[in-house]
Amino acid sequence: MTTNETILSKLKENFGEKITNPDLQYGILSVSTDHEHIIKVLQFLRDDQELQFGFLTDLCGLHYPHRDHKFEVVYHLHSFRNNIRLRVKLPLHGDAPHAPTATGLWSSANWMERETYDFFGIIFEGHPNLKRILNVDEMTIFPLRKEYPLEDNTRKDKNDELFGRDPKLIRADL
Amino acid sequence: METSVETPPRKVNVAEAPEGHTGEGFFATKLDKVIGLARKNSIWPLPFATSCCGIEFMATMASHYDFARFGSERVSFSPRQADLLMVMGTIAKKMGPILKQVYEQMAEPRWVVAVGACASSGGIFDTYSVLQGIDQIIPVDVYVPGCPPRPEQIIDGLMKIQDLVHNESLRRRNSPEYKALLESYGIKTMDN
Ligand code: SF4
Repeated sequence: MTTNETILSKLKENFGEKITNPDLQYGILSVSTDHEHIIKVLQFLRDDQELQFGFLTDLCGLHYPHRDHKFEVVYHLHSFRNNIRLRVKLPLHGDAPHAPTATGLWSSANWMERETYDFFGIIFEGHPNLKRILNVDEMTIFPLRKEYPLEDNTRKDKNDELFGRDPKLIRADL
Repeated sequence: METSVETPPRKVNVAEAPEGHTGEGFFATKLDKVIGLARKNSIWPLPFATSCCGIEFMATMASHYDFARFGSERVSFSPRQADLLMVMGTIAKKMGPILKQVYEQMAEPRWVVAVGACASSGGIFDTYSVLQGIDQIIPVDVYVPGCPPRPEQIIDGLMKIQDLVHNESLRRRNSPEYKALLESYGIKTMDN
């Protein structure tokens, strides 16, 4: 039976030092890797005879304004054959972070990467059509980055105190 | 033995005739009163329903609340044949241009009612992706508050629209004020 331990030892065996931060949350293993190895790791997970992580459940972005690696892309994989899930994380440097596209492995990554670009401004190198997918095309910001307020900025009739909000906190201070 | 059941006389509501002069075989009144009366009782609504408030409109339209009593049984899904645009639900910013186009396709005279907190002000969705009230892109005649409003409130909104329609001057749509209003929304008027 494939367990979290076998997944981790297989990854370590093939990628050694490049697999970092193994962590177990809610029974799901998560590991991190770097820009150079992410596609190789994903391909290995997908094509390995035993693991067979054939399904990309989700691909999303994260913003940690206070960390060294401010951005992160998280790949959620599912092996139907073994009924086991796995998270692979890719921490990214800089304010205009780049990640390699996974569209070569899963066609479904196409829209997910567009969404991640739309909301976090993470640029997926090699993506066939990297443009906004959910927000209006005229939008100039990446709204889920923490420096942008969640509230609509066209609104002038709201007294923040009455809504229980501290105006100073609306712009997350970075 | 025979039993007879008496049925009470049926009351039929008819629209009240406008004031005027009656004589033998004629009735004289003002043209805009007659037109107001006719328009008021045959408003064709275009339901632009995007979320929960739209469900409330379905109840309003159905037999229990019976929107048809107000002469609005003919729901028009073509903007070109509609008199009243009923916007019910959250309008995302991406939906904004579509709503505006629907409004532009409607022929004059046209009225707009914003049903529910979302259409009126963005409602609970004070967020970057939601239009904070449809009056940012098209002029609105009546706002119906509530999240969602009950069918009675939607009907009340329609009756307010009926009042507006009834009393509107025939020249209003040609007035410079009205043109200025449309121009402030960047909507083309018939002259240009
Ligand atoms: S006002 Fe409330 S009920 Fe109506 S569309 Fe908005 S959230 Fe839904």
